[in-house]
Amino acid sequence: MKALVAVKRVIDYNVKVRVKADHSSVDLSNTKMSINPFDEIAVEEAVRLKEKGVIDEIIVASIGPKEAQEQIRTALALGADRGVLVVTEDKTQPLQVAKILKQIADQEGTEIVLLGKQAIDDDNNQTGQMLAALMGVGQGTFASEVVVEGDKVNVTREIDGGLQTVALDLPAIITTDLRLNEPRFAKLPNIMKAKKKPLDEKTPADFGVDMTSKQEIVKVVPPAERSAGVRVASVDELVDKLKNEAKVIG
Amino acid sequence: MAILVYAEHDNTSVKKATLSTVAAAKQMGDDVHVLVAGSDNEAATNAAAQIEGVSRVLRADNAAYAHQMAENISLLVADIAANYSHIVAPATTTGKNFMPRVAALLDVSMLSDVTAVIDAQTFERPIYAGNATATVKTTEDKVVVTVRTTSFDAVAATGGSAEVETLDNVQDAGKASFVSEEMAKSDRPELTSAEVVVSGGRALASGENFTKYIEPLADKLGAAIGASRAAVDAGFVPNDMQVGQTGKIVAPQLYIAAGISGAIQHLAGMKDSKVIVAINNDPEAPIASVADYFLEADLFEALPELTSKI
Repeated sequence: MKALVAVKRVIDYNVKVRVKADHSSVDLSNTKMSINPFDEIAVEEAVRLKEKGVIDEIIVASIGPKEAQEQIRTALALGADRGVLVVTEDKTQPLQVAKILKQIADQEGTEIVLLGKQAIDDDNNQTGQMLAALMGVGQGTFASEVVVEGDKVNVTREIDGGLQTVALDLPAIITTDLRLNEPRFAKLPNIMKAKKKPLDEKTPADFGVDMTSKQEIVKVVPPAERSAGVRVASVDELVDKLKNEAKVIG
Repeated sequence: MAILVYAEHDNTSVKKATLSTVAAAKQMGDDVHVLVAGSDNEAATNAAAQIEGVSRVLRADNAAYAHQMAENISLLVADIAANYSHIVAPATTTGKNFMPRVAALLDVSMLSDVTAVIDAQTFERPIYAGNATATVKTTEDKVVVTVRTTSFDAVAATGGSAEVETLDNVQDAGKASFVSEEMAKSDRPELTSAEVVVSGGRALASGENFTKYIEPLADKLGAAIGASRAAVDAGFVPNDMQVGQTGKIVAPQLYIAAGISGAIQHLAGMKDSKVIVAINNDPEAPIASVADYFLEADLFEALPELTSKI
């Protein structure tokens, strides 16, 4: 069976973001961009399923600026077979991304779609669920274990009180949690080979998807700064401060 | 039109997350209804009817809703959505799981993890792991949001007298089924609603040290226990104890971080705590930049001493 993996180009997770002075957005100029960490885990899981013989072909898709082809190439170097880049300069919203992914999944006849559980820039945690709803299929979100058995997939999910396992009919949508796997590093020969793998370029218009958003960002501001704290010299001083200054313990 | 709140519950009682979500919903409109979907949920329904400021409780009681499966719950909520201007759920793993499905079924964009309600169409939410706050205005005719429960003071659990309406129409998508659940057992307060949280990081070095050093302090303070991702990945504690961008968001009165450096992803989960204490042997640890009180010390000496002196 075929798998579709969705990857997003985001600011590198180690970068401390700066809000623009005009409060319009976060300043992304000259910042290091990477594949969203949760998406890297999705790629790794697809590659592992291919290595187990469950999946024959991995298609990786990204919707975003032209530069997002770097992230698709990264996924190809990790073991995906071919890429689809849907180029748009518009800000991508989960519902629109889900609509495009649905059409790619339908056209390609993919039986498993793997996505990260959330992108670390918008922190939405929506796209996989929306895609599952649009396709009318089951979803295994926040997955920490994925086991394909015949025409079903068992997904162990990280939930608030612990873990939950669900069985989904294929086709199904899976969104990855951090503990699903540890992504491999791309080796240089694989990076070279990835440059020759096919990469289709499309636009949202090819899928008839309108990218205009009904959500308007009014402003973006830095969070309230915490006032500088004090360093205490001993446990006694700490206990005293907590009791008499902060008054948080009796 | 009325506001629909999805209740987080365990079939016998409603969770505090629901009370915070009702508080957020009250800022979006006056007429708040609560949906209790589950199996054998009479007790939870009755509890929901007592919540202050709720005018109506919708009860959907069927095996199809027993484990809050997103496939079935989203169909149920979308089915009754026509009567509501807003659909609101707590940003718990349950809410995060099914609400985007609801939004897609209704063909509207949604807002996740809202931390403030400016008006019925305008909301604040954190982005980039809490390193920026976006004010977002939506012009969708149906507003679908999940709310960060630590950002809203819970309404009273009693004092209300809502009428109860039973929903008979059962939605079962038949695409997914529940297999099993493995819940971490604990007598401690729930992490996301605890007044005090004691968290340990990589420096604890083992699960035994959590038991030996963190638990006694938590017991003394009546605190919940949290952990950094490093401590979870190293297998010291189960992953539902993880605090951070990818774990739980907490905002207790007192947060004690022991042996936690304070990576961006961890700070995203706790920097709205009222008072933050850090105990670390590295004076340069980033946690120092948010800690109200920073004690540079070996935690294996400082934690027992702190426990004995509180």
